[in-house]
Amino acid sequence: MNIVVCVKQVPESRDVEMDPETGNLKREGAAAVMNPFDLFALEAGLQLKERYGGTVTAITMGPPQAEEVIREAYMMGADDGMILCDREFAGADTLATSFTLAQGIRHLQAVDLIICGLQTTDGDTAQVGPGIAEFLDIPHETSIQKIHGMDEDGLRVEKDMGHVVMDLSLQLPTLISVAKGVNQPRLLSFRRKLQTRDWPARYLERSDLDDHKEAFFGLDGSPTQVEAMFPPQPHTASERWQGSSQELADRLVQLLVEEKFVQSGVDE
Amino acid sequence: MALKVITDRCTGCGRCITVCPFDAVYLENDVAVITPGCRVCRLCIKECPEDALYLEESSQPEADMADHSGVLVVAEAVESKLHPVTLELMGKGRELADELQQKLYVVVIGHGLKSAAEELLQYGADEVWLYEDASLKHFRIEPHTNAAAHAVSGLTPNIVLIGATPVGRSLAPRLAVRLRTGLTADCTTLKVKENGDLVQIRPAFGGDVMAQIVTPQHRPQMATVRHKVMDPAQRFRREGAVLRQQELTDSALASRIRVHSVHRRREKPSISDAEIVVAVGRGVKEQKDLKLADDLARLLGGQVGVTRPLVEMGWGDHTQQIGLSGRSIRPKLLIALGISGAVQFTAGASGAECVVAINSDPDAPVFSSAHYGLVGDLYEIVPKVIAGLERGESIHAVL
Repeated sequence: MNIVVCVKQVPESRDVEMDPETGNLKREGAAAVMNPFDLFALEAGLQLKERYGGTVTAITMGPPQAEEVIREAYMMGADDGMILCDREFAGADTLATSFTLAQGIRHLQAVDLIICGLQTTDGDTAQVGPGIAEFLDIPHETSIQKIHGMDEDGLRVEKDMGHVVMDLSLQLPTLISVAKGVNQPRLLSFRRKLQTRDWPARYLERSDLDDHKEAFFGLDGSPTQVEAMFPPQPHTASERWQGSSQELADRLVQLLVEEKFVQSGVDE
Repeated sequence: MALKVITDRCTGCGRCITVCPFDAVYLENDVAVITPGCRVCRLCIKECPEDALYLEESSQPEADMADHSGVLVVAEAVESKLHPVTLELMGKGRELADELQQKLYVVVIGHGLKSAAEELLQYGADEVWLYEDASLKHFRIEPHTNAAAHAVSGLTPNIVLIGATPVGRSLAPRLAVRLRTGLTADCTTLKVKENGDLVQIRPAFGGDVMAQIVTPQHRPQMATVRHKVMDPAQRFRREGAVLRQQELTDSALASRIRVHSVHRRREKPSISDAEIVVAVGRGVKEQKDLKLADDLARLLGGQVGVTRPLVEMGWGDHTQQIGLSGRSIRPKLLIALGISGAVQFTAGASGAECVVAINSDPDAPVFSSAHYGLVGDLYEIVPKVIAGLERGESIHAVL
């Protein structure tokens, strides 16, 4: 089974603050890590490979620094890595990102299964996986909480639908995005680190991608535009209570009663 | 459109690197280089003292925007039952449609949903399109996308709204790619400009920043909205509201997915539906102290929620997690105990009608979003509140 796992390098810290005066973003540390959700996707790919044979290829789109996440994928057990890296890919929204990754996957050929993390921690959209599947015209399903393995209908999985769980099989080739907790990702192996130190990561530019009648690359291929960024609005005016803990507690009990948050207890 | 560097002007001062939220600039031979990570937020253009950065506009063909009119809501049905997010999308959709003086359409896809579709006519829709077929009973991505795309091509709406639920988050991005248009996830504010552009505001960077996003040259403009973010539609039947049944061809109904079964999760009441929530954050020192919150919630008939750090420590499970990466709640009352109020949390709690915060740090950001802020030690205050409520209960018991 030839498996492709989509990974992304994201900022390690989500603590970004905006100066309300200048509108500038203040960032603490610029460390970049692999998107935590992608660790589950890689683990899922590696487990399926161990069961059914084949290869696991990690693919990412990003700047040259993104090679770090490919190296991390090698350390977990991936066989191959590809970076889609070109100035023309810059500014891609989820449509252009889906298109570019789909083009990279096309380039690999004979792919049976694509696995994505549910979402990234920097974008939080969960849109790229389904977008890739549409560009490749293959079925997909998101929020996979359990992977049973292959049966006569394809890859059997369970989708988390909130209140209900759907047990289904997808014909290959297909794409799934996996939820946190679908497995326990293995740790990076130091031995693998030494083994894979000299492994190359394949760099692909736009000119390397197969001809296609459409082109949605980078900002030009992105229908959405960020028009402005601003700090979140605080709520309406607030009341501040101070005093001894007994006074505060009494006022709160009074408020809860007045606002009818406390049931009379008689009816129950 | 792309961000460009005028290399002659760039002095390599690196200020663009400092302000870039995306880490998308670096210096090469003392000249700024923009990497593919650039999202064109333009902050560096403002910051550059040498005016060495600019936006190269591209000439994109204008979409046939005038042909698109109306707001289309994709109703959500799981196993022949409508999801309440549908009415919330209709509430917002009606508002946007009124502002544009356009129609509100709803598309219902599934099996056994005819009466539900008729019911939606009572909530402000001008037209409801129903795709009813046994093979649509379970959510399967290809036929459901085909049905939604069929409705979009028939109705040519200006705006499409979809719930940011496990179903909608699978369907919406696939539909957006099918239509080759833009999609903005998890919008918390939606409004329209006079020219029909949809202004979509959503939290970015885990909610620390709000991003305002537009889809200026593509139609329809698509957005997803989470459950309990918008107010539900009022019961009101529009004159001439009509239900139309639609048919799909066999090939459009085909799927490469086989559904074996759908079973209910062992039900725990969802915190999203709770009217009263007692939420706990890092101000609680030990796991056993969560009993304070349990007791308070029990007395108020509410549920306990937790912030992300507590879930990460294993003190609560993710079904209880409130916030951007957890659940959005919309209770009538939220009592926040020892929660600092990071936007990660408040983004999921902004729907609360009344917020009471107890925190010993007078500068905690939670106080800016609380209606009643109690500055003090929760270990001192909460037991006294519990005692006060219990006293009240016993008085009632005597009566």
